Amino acid sequence: MTVTTNTPGYADLPRLISLMTGDDKHHAAAESTVDVLWVLFDRILRISPQAARDPARDRFLLSKGHGPMAYYAILAAKGWLDEEELAGWSSARSRLGHHPDRIRVPGVEISSGSLGHGLPIAVGTALGLRARRFRSRVVTLVGDAELDEGSNSEAIVVAARLGLDRLTTVVVDNQSSTHGWPGGIARRFETEGWAARTVSGRDHEALYEAFTRPHPGQPLAVVAVVEPKGAH
Amino acid sequence: MPNMRETFLATAEEIIHSDPDTAIVLADISAAQLAEAARRHPDRVINVGIREQLLVSTGAGLALAGLRPIVHTFNAFLVERAFEQIKLDLSHQELGAVLVSYGASYDMPMEGRTHQAPGDVALIDTLPGWFVHVPGHPEEARRLLLDSVPGDSRTYLRLSAQQNAAPHLGVGMQRIRSGSRGVVIAVGPMLDRVLEAAEGMDVTVLYTSTVRPFDAEGLRAAMPEVADVALVEPYLRGTSAHQVSDALAERPHRLRSLGTRRDTEVRIYGKLADHDLAHGLDSGSIALSLKEFFTS
Repeated sequence: MTVTTNTPGYADLPRLISLMTGDDKHHAAAESTVDVLWVLFDRILRISPQAARDPARDRFLLSKGHGPMAYYAILAAKGWLDEEELAGWSSARSRLGHHPDRIRVPGVEISSGSLGHGLPIAVGTALGLRARRFRSRVVTLVGDAELDEGSNSEAIVVAARLGLDRLTTVVVDNQSSTHGWPGGIARRFETEGWAARTVSGRDHEALYEAFTRPHPGQPLAVVAVVEPKGAH
Repeated sequence: MPNMRETFLATAEEIIHSDPDTAIVLADISAAQLAEAARRHPDRVINVGIREQLLVSTGAGLALAGLRPIVHTFNAFLVERAFEQIKLDLSHQELGAVLVSYGASYDMPMEGRTHQAPGDVALIDTLPGWFVHVPGHPEEARRLLLDSVPGDSRTYLRLSAQQNAAPHLGVGMQRIRSGSRGVVIAVGPMLDRVLEAAEGMDVTVLYTSTVRPFDAEGLRAAMPEVADVALVEPYLRGTSAHQVSDALAERPHRLRSLGTRRDTEVRIYGKLADHDLAHGLDSGSIALSLKEFFTS
């Protein structure tokens, strides 16, 4: 596949990801987060390299930092990174590691790696932006197994009680939580007062609709279901 | 006169009223005292409940949104329970916050070990670039807080129920008295008892309420002919010993570190004075240690 347009699209992601995996046959769907990330960066978030320091920008906090190839590919597709640097990723000379570093990589709002930090930080960010009277949206991406970390429970309760309606948590659910979530992940959020929607993590229209349908007075949880871990 | 904690809360309330870019994050502790501030500024005085991980992460998130957070609870829960949040959400993200703790090493002696965190400064010391203040008087606590809010530093302000009779508002190593047989460094609330212990001894006494960054230049400048240093800290023994060693690396020196015990957990309740004695941090025990060290 050869794409020569100046503005890469979804169809370019397999090629960009392959620059990191070194796997010619790699297909984007092997990355559990790729479709969610694409919909967010392409259609939802008001962010751009040109306004990277705009205090009113939306914020995207990638909490599940492992397996960041799709993230880097999309940052490259959207102009934060030069695709030239993808191939050398994770070397001592590269600023792109197996977990993203906000100090080194443009567009990355938080450094992640240890699980259970993104949603709690997002609560603080949403509180801060509200105090400063910005209507910016704060979106954090977590994994279903990441929800095992108790720090998320602390954040889920407080986000709802404090009415953080500009906060969205998207849970990419590849059914990898060791002890699982009886009754479904969405119910955990709903019990605490979130609006929760469960959709296919591969269905761009369904994701878009889930991210954009109003949820007044409540934070929003979008559970994006993908293939079980190891299914590829 | 109000104690350090009361002085901190009153000062924090002033800061919140006067500076719209500041916020206070609490985990129930001290929330009642700040209820009026929370009523006036509900967006910037935030009580997350008994959730210390979220306490620190919320501070980080506020900083990410451009606010200057003051984050407060007892030190056992602020520094020890939420240490990964301090390490990653503040240090690693390079986000600023003013962490203010109460409890010191054994300020709530009747509560037992769960409310004691003598290792807090040593833990913060594993992270680069932090300011660590250990005030010895409520007026010092107020000054250090007011000085810490501007900018985006990562600051740990360690309040205590123990204090000296008078404040010393200078910066770095402050010379309290001079002598020729060596130097005693008294940190924060240790000063008055060190002065009592060193009565009649021919030693210099330096006082500091800031241990990070450590004023190595001030120590060298105050050093008499004999490079013998006794370091008296109100937390884990020897926490700043490596700083003294580095400061004096170019000359032969001796060092005696006093502080809370490392060899055993002091499993008693009782009063502050009981714990002072158990750790050898009462003036009588300090006097014995100093005499032994400076005459050997």
